[in-house]
Amino acid sequence: MMNKEPGPAIRATGLTAVRGPRTVLRDLDFTVPAGRVTGLLGPSGCGKSTLMRAVMGTQAKVAGDLRVLGLPAGHPSLRARIGYVTQAPAVFADLTVRQNLEYFAAVLDPGRRAAARREENVTRAIRDVDLTSHADALAAHLSGGQRSRVSLAVALLGSPELLVLDEPTVGLDPVLRRDLWDLFHALAADRGAGLLISSHVMDEAERCHGLLLMREGEILAQDSPDDLRARTGADTVEAAFLTLIDQAAEAATAATRSHSQETSR
Amino acid sequence: MSTPPLSPARTVATAARVLRQLRNDPRTIALLLLVPCLLLLLLRYVFDGSPQTFDDIGASLLGIFPLITMFLVTSIATLRERTSGTLERLLAMPLGKADFIAGYALAFGTLAVVQSLLTTGLAVWGLGLDVTGSPWLLLLVALLDAILGTALGLFVSAFAASEFQAVQFMPAVIFPQLLLCGLFTPRDQMQPVLEAVSDVLPMSYAVDGMNEVQQHAGVTGDFVRDVLVMVGCALLVLAVGAATLRRRTA
Repeated sequence: MMNKEPGPAIRATGLTAVRGPRTVLRDLDFTVPAGRVTGLLGPSGCGKSTLMRAVMGTQAKVAGDLRVLGLPAGHPSLRARIGYVTQAPAVFADLTVRQNLEYFAAVLDPGRRAAARREENVTRAIRDVDLTSHADALAAHLSGGQRSRVSLAVALLGSPELLVLDEPTVGLDPVLRRDLWDLFHALAADRGAGLLISSHVMDEAERCHGLLLMREGEILAQDSPDDLRARTGADTVEAAFLTLIDQAAEAATAATRSHSQETSR
Repeated sequence: MSTPPLSPARTVATAARVLRQLRNDPRTIALLLLVPCLLLLLLRYVFDGSPQTFDDIGASLLGIFPLITMFLVTSIATLRERTSGTLERLLAMPLGKADFIAGYALAFGTLAVVQSLLTTGLAVWGLGLDVTGSPWLLLLVALLDAILGTALGLFVSAFAASEFQAVQFMPAVIFPQLLLCGLFTPRDQMQPVLEAVSDVLPMSYAVDGMNEVQQHAGVTGDFVRDVLVMVGCALLVLAVGAATLRRRTA
């Protein structure tokens, strides 16, 4: 589908972000390829959401080089090309599912001439997240999981080249979770879209092409699930993650020990 | 691909969305439209023995109601957009800040026209409010008041972290204007410092404008001045309000 040179969807070099007194992202280097599903994993509070907000250009006090679809993050022309889902469902509680999507579609693709295309997009997005039977229910009357699916549907409107999804499958039932992951893979394979999906549930990692493992504002590893397991000799990504954390901690204590030995000498 | 400063289609879509939100909430609409009418009715019979007082205060109130109600509704509505994440989402999409603000002004302006038609109609034809000038001029001032209220509401919502704080801005921002606008006592009889302060508060011009229409048949020079000051104030506050919509936040 892509007629351009398929460069990476996101490339970060020396990405640092400060929030209040805290440095939330420390000098990160990573890439998120186009046409692949990249998982961003790590415990809550490790900086996943801040990283995503930096990619969207909504995070203040970001330093380093961050290129999104070849442009600096936050570039105005990126706004129609990226679908973004925040952790809390950002939808209007006092509108129905369809009214929500109709409005966001009108923002993306305004004008009377686009009305038929919008209608089609809205119906498809509602179907993609399996809410057709709730299309005319007020968002306020939906369950938490349903509301986050409305939020996800907004990101699927139009044809985003990059999807940035902050924990999109939290609290969903297993069948729906599987369907959504199938949808994510279809978006990557058929449309060549890049997907960056955060999660703190490690079993979702197995479904990604590539992983970014994060801890305390740093990226511990950047690899495919298979390579990660092979490299650490672990059975699961979760075990691999733990091994990496232990190795990092050992390296840190070893460094301080040798440092203190040197200074005491 | 870049977004123009103001897209009419996106502005109208935003206004339509705000009105749809209200339509899904009939009780709020009923409160917005009926409470001012009931208050006028109440006022008329409080001053049953002195219709002259009702004439003086009634016209001023027609200018004050839309300002207060639109201030409250807008400050809560935009605060909700800020806290629910919809504002962040919209600003990460191709929506201009001007589209957002003009959309809100258009939606609440429309509502204010309906509210003012009801209150002006009730006051002039139902309660016998004595107006020398044209009721259409009353309507014009009421509409400008509503837009001013929307602008002020949008602005203060940036400084409120919760709905509790947002409603507290009403006594802080509106009440002093209410005391100084000439409703309780003519402005030139106030302590000179207060008179000077009232000269820079927009509600003073709203009330002056209403009184001009009530007392004079044609469009007076003072009326034109009042209207221009209100338009200027509304535009200024809307522009400052736009500056409080941040794409990048900490």
